[in-house]
Amino acid sequence: MGIIKTEKLSYEYIRRDDEGNVSGVTRAVDDVSIDVTQGEFIAILGHNGSGKSTLAKHINAILTPSEGEIWVDGINTAEAARIWDVRQKAGMVFQNPDNQIIGQLVEEDVGFGPENLGVPTDQIWERVEESLKLLGMLEYSKHSPNKLSGGQKQRVSIAGVLAMHPKCIIFDEPTAMLDPHGRREVVRAARALNDVEKITIVLITHYMEETIYADRLFVMDHGRIAMEGTPKEIFSQVEKLEELRLGVPQATKVAYELKKAGMPIPDGILTRQELREALKACL
Amino acid sequence: MVREITIGQYYDEESVIHRLDPRVKLVATLVYIVAIFVVDSIAGYALVALFLAACIMLSKVPVKYIVKGLKPVMIILLLTVVFNMLLTPGETLFKFGIINISKEGLKAGSTMALRLILLITGSSLMTLTTTPNNLTDGMEKLLNPLKYIKVPVHEIAMMMSIALRFIPILLEETDIIMKAQMARGADFESGNIFKRAKAMVPLLVPLFVSAFRRANDLAMAMEARCYRGGDGRTKMKPLKYLRRDYIAYAIIWLFLAGCIVLRILL
Repeated sequence: MGIIKTEKLSYEYIRRDDEGNVSGVTRAVDDVSIDVTQGEFIAILGHNGSGKSTLAKHINAILTPSEGEIWVDGINTAEAARIWDVRQKAGMVFQNPDNQIIGQLVEEDVGFGPENLGVPTDQIWERVEESLKLLGMLEYSKHSPNKLSGGQKQRVSIAGVLAMHPKCIIFDEPTAMLDPHGRREVVRAARALNDVEKITIVLITHYMEETIYADRLFVMDHGRIAMEGTPKEIFSQVEKLEELRLGVPQATKVAYELKKAGMPIPDGILTRQELREALKACL
Repeated sequence: MVREITIGQYYDEESVIHRLDPRVKLVATLVYIVAIFVVDSIAGYALVALFLAACIMLSKVPVKYIVKGLKPVMIILLLTVVFNMLLTPGETLFKFGIINISKEGLKAGSTMALRLILLITGSSLMTLTTTPNNLTDGMEKLLNPLKYIKVPVHEIAMMMSIALRFIPILLEETDIIMKAQMARGADFESGNIFKRAKAMVPLLVPLFVSAFRRANDLAMAMEARCYRGGDGRTKMKPLKYLRRDYIAYAIIWLFLAGCIVLRILL
């Protein structure tokens, strides 16, 4: 069993009217079975309301499934007694950087997680320094988070999760509120943690460009896994993606249109670099 | 507008007073306030003023900065003095028509003003030299015994520090909403006070909605980081008494003893 495994996981949001009667049920996640191996970098892609965030909240045991089961590092998240173990093993970075920073200083925020875990004081300081160093934020440790840029705030949030020594970090649309520069910062940090620290990464996003470095990519639609495969495999199916109201990375789109117009360009081009190479080969 | 109030805003400086344990500063402030109301002679007030001056000197906070902090309370001070002068019965000093200024009134008024100035300056010195976080930490530690009578001390301290963290964020948000409403023709500046208060409604509603959304997000983020109340939690910056803290305690109690002696003797 991998670090994250779900089996026929479903989750229903129950809407109630003013009297508390059930007025409707929305199946946000529907029959999802995935298995993520330790050290993998996976990305989950989907448009708004596809259920990707709901799925993410299951990995951190913020939500527990209505049907089916989910295990994180072998622990069933439905076991209420072990919920804190799950949350320590699977850290989560949220969308809005302002709403997840608790500390008045950068270092205090990074120390918040270890404090909650009951780590002794001297080890908290070691963890804080180590995490901030890894995210390149050590020089800001005495700064107020309010004065940082969006990308820097998000890096502080990641450091805060990292200081809890998780096996896996879930990024729930961490770049949705950032400018392009901040987006690059965050994605680079996620990749570095995966490469260097061998931490399993689950990146949830609706930006195609961020998913091309993933080992595996899941596309969600109406709560179901609509497509699964490597980014190359997924992005070569341009028509199917467009059917799911998703675009493809710019370079892929250009390559696809050129191929349709009759140029001999291979499938599955993801980056500008690859497109350049392919075009050179044509000439 | 809110930004202009300097009273009690942390003033960053390296000094003995800044480095003192927040618990010492909290207790010292309480003792100091008691001392102000213990003394009743000129020598007594001189002692309190001297003690305060010494603390200000040690804290390296510029006197100008402290005086600036007193400005917003000037009106209250003046009102106290005037009312005390006019309304205390006693031996008449001046008389203009129905206005009657008594000797006792003058004395009571000036005493009250002196006490208020000493009180405000002294307590603002504490907040000027202690970071808000340190202050909540100190309060949590000091109030800890109340846990046994089921007072959620840790939770109160956590709420205070979160509130402090979100003040600048919500201020910024207010500014954004205000500009957005003004761009659509909202008028916050003209009209009488009732009109202006009414104009605030379209500002407050979105602000409240967003504050609740933020609170919800923050609660989720805190739980995701294993926050489960104060039990079993360790501290990154635990409070520890050092030698200087014991010395400070000794000084403050000696000061109170001095004030009591002066009261009895004079």
